[in-house]
Amino acid sequence: MSRYYTDEHEWVDVEGETATVGITDYAQEQLGDIVFVETPETGAELAQGDDAAVVESVKAASDVYAAVSGTVVEVNDALEDEPALVNSSAEEDGWFFRVTLSDKSELDDLMDEKAYKAFVDGL
Amino acid sequence: MRYLPLTPNDRQDMLTTIGASSIDELFVDVPEDARLDGPIRDLPMHAGEMAVEAHMKKLAKNNSAAGDMPFFLGAGAYRHHVPASVDHIIQRGEFLTAYTPYQPEIAQGTLQTLFEFQTQVARLFGVDVANASMYDGSTACWEAIVMARRITKRGKAVLSSGLHPHYVSVAKTMARFTKDQLVSEAPTLEAATDGADLLDQIDDDTSCVVVQYPDILGRIADMSVLAEKAHSHKALLIAVVTEPVALGAIKAPGQMDADIVVGEGQSLGVGLQFGGPYVGLFGCKQKYVRQMPGRLCGETVDAEGKRGFVLTLSTREQHIRREKATSNICTNSGLCALAFTAHMTLLGEKGLRDLAMLNHKKAVVAADRLAQIKGVSLLNDSFFNEFTLVLDKDTRPIVRKLADQKILAGVSLGRLYPDESALAHGLVVAVTETTSDEDVEALATALEGELA
Amino acid sequence: MSMLTEGRPTKQEENIIAPDSGALKTHTGNRALMVDEPLIFETGSPDRSGVDLPAAPSAESRLGGLDRDEPIGIPGLSEAEAVRHYTRLSRQNYAIDVGLFPLGSCTMKHNPRLNEKMARLKGFSDIHPLQPVDSVQGALETIYQLAEWLKTLTGMPAVAMSPKAGAHGELCGILAIRSALEARGDAREVILVPESAHGTNPATAAFAGYKVEDIPANASGRVDLDALKARLGPDVAGVMITNPNTCGLFEPDMKAISDAVHEAGGLVYCDGANFNAIVGRVRPGDLGIDAMHINLHKTFSTPHGGGGPGSGPVVFSEALEPFAPLPFVEKTEEGHFHLVEEETAEDHHESSFGRMVAFHGQMGMFTRALTYMLSHGSDGLKQVSEDAVLNANYVLRSMEDVLEAPFAKSGPCMHEALFSDNGFANGLTTLDLAKGLIDEGYHPMTMYFPLVVHGAMLVEPTETESKAAIDQFIGALRSVAERAKAGDELLKSAPHFAPRRRLDETQAARKPILVWQEPEEYAEAAE
Repeated sequence: MSRYYTDEHEWVDVEGETATVGITDYAQEQLGDIVFVETPETGAELAQGDDAAVVESVKAASDVYAAVSGTVVEVNDALEDEPALVNSSAEEDGWFFRVTLSDKSELDDLMDEKAYKAFVDGL
Repeated sequence: MRYLPLTPNDRQDMLTTIGASSIDELFVDVPEDARLDGPIRDLPMHAGEMAVEAHMKKLAKNNSAAGDMPFFLGAGAYRHHVPASVDHIIQRGEFLTAYTPYQPEIAQGTLQTLFEFQTQVARLFGVDVANASMYDGSTACWEAIVMARRITKRGKAVLSSGLHPHYVSVAKTMARFTKDQLVSEAPTLEAATDGADLLDQIDDDTSCVVVQYPDILGRIADMSVLAEKAHSHKALLIAVVTEPVALGAIKAPGQMDADIVVGEGQSLGVGLQFGGPYVGLFGCKQKYVRQMPGRLCGETVDAEGKRGFVLTLSTREQHIRREKATSNICTNSGLCALAFTAHMTLLGEKGLRDLAMLNHKKAVVAADRLAQIKGVSLLNDSFFNEFTLVLDKDTRPIVRKLADQKILAGVSLGRLYPDESALAHGLVVAVTETTSDEDVEALATALEGELA
Repeated sequence: MSMLTEGRPTKQEENIIAPDSGALKTHTGNRALMVDEPLIFETGSPDRSGVDLPAAPSAESRLGGLDRDEPIGIPGLSEAEAVRHYTRLSRQNYAIDVGLFPLGSCTMKHNPRLNEKMARLKGFSDIHPLQPVDSVQGALETIYQLAEWLKTLTGMPAVAMSPKAGAHGELCGILAIRSALEARGDAREVILVPESAHGTNPATAAFAGYKVEDIPANASGRVDLDALKARLGPDVAGVMITNPNTCGLFEPDMKAISDAVHEAGGLVYCDGANFNAIVGRVRPGDLGIDAMHINLHKTFSTPHGGGGPGSGPVVFSEALEPFAPLPFVEKTEEGHFHLVEEETAEDHHESSFGRMVAFHGQMGMFTRALTYMLSHGSDGLKQVSEDAVLNANYVLRSMEDVLEAPFAKSGPCMHEALFSDNGFANGLTTLDLAKGLIDEGYHPMTMYFPLVVHGAMLVEPTETESKAAIDQFIGALRSVAERAKAGDELLKSAPHFAPRRRLDETQAARKPILVWQEPEEYAEAAE
């Protein structure tokens, strides 16, 4: 399994043809208490950069873009009852959705952990 | 100027502090050619209370007030007796001159009344949740249609022919810009509602079916079948209630499985006011709460653990979501919602039920009396406090003529549907607790005179 | 002598102060005038009522078999209880009647009581919107007179009276713009909006089917005219500009902006939320504006009512007049007033984009606003904007040594003064300062708006404050600002003296409780 990051503060775990997407710990820290996550519908076709989900804190609603293109195969239903998972475990239990990748070459443009850390440090 | 506290000396002192030599210096950013050189001519100069009062009274006198004569108008706005204490409560300066409760620590008064209001509306409508109010019934109705589109991701709304024509008109105006498709027709003069026809209109492209209850002609029909059909196509049932007092007597739309219930709350507490301000009511099932437009008040606790209330789920609103907001609306109808909730609290369940039955029984008696007139027949089998009479003449000129005789006879369907000649003989008559037996007799006598 | 020693003690005891008076607990939890009030669902009862009704006549019901057969769940109170319930609740509210309300852009000015009295005249309050027009000539004339005032004050030829509030007015203006462009066969795609705009502007433009693009601001907080000109083109339907803008500044290039937009074939919408700063001194019609809504509650003192009802008439240029919504009032040569509605529009207002609301708009607000205008007159309204601007500049110059005022160097402000949180001690925020002001007895200023300034604080004193009241406010604001800069930790937990401490908004949003539930359901939900 390999993990990638985007400059929109999303992480992507790739295992075979499936990618799991969530927002980074840095992002949840910036957003504050997450109160609601609107996940995409299973079966939705996402192109890279599309609006895929909405994450709401008390004061702001932020769009989560599709980090990679693909078909949504699973969403994290636990977020519906417990949006706080995004705060407590952004990069594990607080994942948003899974897609089957339609274009693995898109991964080439994403960052690895080291590059993302440097990116965040530069903000 | 009685509302302006600054004295000439104050102004001079303040200019000195600012470091400006004259007030004009503060308007330096206004291009010189756009600055007016003095008070705008063609407008009167300031006036004292007595003079202003005289001016306004003269305007007010040139209207026929409902309370001064037999009065039978309804069709979306109803005359009810508002207890004296309601007006006292809404004139409390702490309610009247408060802002939207964005600072909850010093706005619990407004917030708690909104929470109580939301609960009353949800229970009256028979749904899980309600918002803190909308502009009025017609805009609430349109917002419900848009909400159904967001939920179903479909753009075709089927409107009942019994929906208030002004509500239809508002929806049509908006739909032209949003590209929503609306299916609608004018009503026909029959005792039955169009429920059966609507069933055939619902298909897999339908986002919602919108039904007024009681409808524009006063008719009441069970909406359960419509709800079932809509749900079988994954569409929603939106019920529209323009007379909330009716729900003290008849089943709540939520009991018939309506998904969204909207309405006009003017009947309780607000008064006629020539059409505004009114108060839009908006409720829905719990599962749709995050798609609901408008302000919401929610319960929480403060830092010491005490119960308190806040505006919540505001991230759906325009000031945060900007172009992705659920609606561009950024206000509710706070003071009218307060009037509504205060009136409802004064009534209580028993009072509301008694009031509803008083309205209904008086309407039944009046309908039977008026139907005895030669040339008049009663359209409705069922109704609450409003029914449609079919005259053997065009009703619109009669209504005008009776108004000249100081009898406000009702709303002619010709006024509401000027293009529908088939409706020209219809007259919608509302009877409430404020209508006396003498009023009904006066109307009957006048109609007899016109139809003889 | 007879020594009668009973009765009320008159000798003051030594003033005994509890070591920490905050720790003193009362039996009720109340503190003198600060009294908690239960919900009606906790105190009321379905069979109690504050209304006496006559008996219904006997008649068979004809409810179509749909009689409401289950309990509704509406508790009632007697009149005595109801009046006390709402009076107690009212005392937990801050309001203009209670004190200075420095909420920038919201214009919390005094609400004259004559307005209330006039709106309640039965000839206004007790008339039905569908009465035959001959029976409501006075009401139609009232709308007509108010429309004339608005047209004259703005220098615009037409006005739509029906929009229910400011945002609704915005929608009205943008729909008129879209209709006019569509009539030209060229609806276009984009509306340009400055970064500092009210959030409603982009929401409104999006509703009308337009894409929204930002116009950048220049260093002095105004629209960057060159950037705007560079962006104009055949796809731009128009601009939405707030003037005076949300930084409290007049846009000196407004006319040039309008000219450029018109030249590119677009139309100009002005958000008139801040018209109160220029009323009687500047006419928007002289600045090339095509449509502008006017919040009657801001400029013309109709009450805010804890969140509405508002009223948002929209004035139009000649280019947009034909597209104005229905209904509206016309005056015939004989002095008769009539309503132009769907049927009468067909022969001379056929381009109207249609009806926005069921009836004629906010009549109850029209009567209040007209009363206010007649009271002030042309001369008084000019004084209104002058005093509003004077008061704001006085606050600006009295505060700028303590709070950073990012645009103060570029000149005077209009009706509101903008400050940033630059210089606050680490960890202290605009929110903390605002909550500190609550303890000082004030409603906070507008916070975190406009977004172009960090930790923005927008202060609008309005013209109905005396110099003494403003001096006192300045003293309080300076004190709290100094505490924020010094890092006073107590600010973080302010307010300490309000009816409630800070409320948990996260909990409210995560598990929304929007209606009262009986306690047993509460218990279940908590499990």
